[in-house]
Amino acid sequence: MAARVIVVTSGKGGVGKTTTVANLGTGLALRQKKVVMIDTDIGLRNLDLLMGMENRICFDLINVAENECRSFRQALIKDKRVENLFLLPASQIKNKDALTAEQMVRIVDELKEEFDYILIDSPAGIESGFENAVAPATEAIVVTNPEVPAVRDADRIIGLLQAKKIYEPLLVLNRLRSDMVKKRDMLDVDDINDILAIKLLGVVPEDEQIIIATNKGEPVVFNQQSKAGEAFRNIVRRLEGEAVPFMSFNTEPGVFGRFWKMLHGR
Amino acid sequence: MKLFRDDPSSKSQAVERLRLILVHDRAKVSTGLLELLRNEIINAISKYVEIDEDQMEIELNSSEAKAELVANIPVLKVRRALDN
Repeated sequence: MAARVIVVTSGKGGVGKTTTVANLGTGLALRQKKVVMIDTDIGLRNLDLLMGMENRICFDLINVAENECRSFRQALIKDKRVENLFLLPASQIKNKDALTAEQMVRIVDELKEEFDYILIDSPAGIESGFENAVAPATEAIVVTNPEVPAVRDADRIIGLLQAKKIYEPLLVLNRLRSDMVKKRDMLDVDDINDILAIKLLGVVPEDEQIIIATNKGEPVVFNQQSKAGEAFRNIVRRLEGEAVPFMSFNTEPGVFGRFWKMLHGR
Repeated sequence: MKLFRDDPSSKSQAVERLRLILVHDRAKVSTGLLELLRNEIINAISKYVEIDEDQMEIELNSSEAKAELVANIPVLKVRRALDN
């Protein structure tokens, strides 16, 4: 077994990197893939919270890097809901220079033999934390939001990834609001495609179920009623090579809808 | 924005701003882009005219609505036509 090693990154913070990792990891495991997610955000770990695993951490990534535990197996936290899903958590107390790119490459090399997918959650920014997260990866997912600062940072990140020989990063456009797109108050999928010109892996609508999922520590991909959950399930299938049509965000009202709007004057 | 009198939506402003921002970001990030461009331009032009390389200026400008590459190249002499 030789795993696909995918780094999930964004430049800007708060666009949904960790949410994307949690949902893709869970979604892939639900399809019987063996998955490990690595949180490389040293000092500001979050992935354990989104997975509801925060009370089960004994060892972390730094312990593994420094050989402070017998093997990486001791540090991996196994998900209780899905088979074959594991988390290698970041350290919450060490400082972010505690890890080197060489250590990351060595750890991932060991993990590669036992997993189908290694998903690396990158910290925000373009400093050493980003370098460490990218070093072992051969593929990348860039997460962005339909907002000027997030798209600008995504463009910068795409350039940096290409400099590291990851020439074809995939794009996840997160937190799209179709109501605002309709009013032409939000960048739409075509605008982002035009500007960034990389392959689109998926579009995730803004969905309050994400907040509810985070409250519970249960990725939204489990939720069959959630639009965001559906978007993440589609992304997982595309990642696995399936051609899945993109969800329609075209919510233009039909004849009746337009008539209704006229009556209500909006 | 003058250009968008027909489309004053905030989204079209976002698109326009991003286009210009990225022209600059990308030019800065690809180190020496302007330097390379300058050398290539000198090579190409020097075949036909003699130019004052020291006085030559080349820059990437952006106005509200577009980005442009501006080169100001003083010509010293036009070379004799190479007929044969």
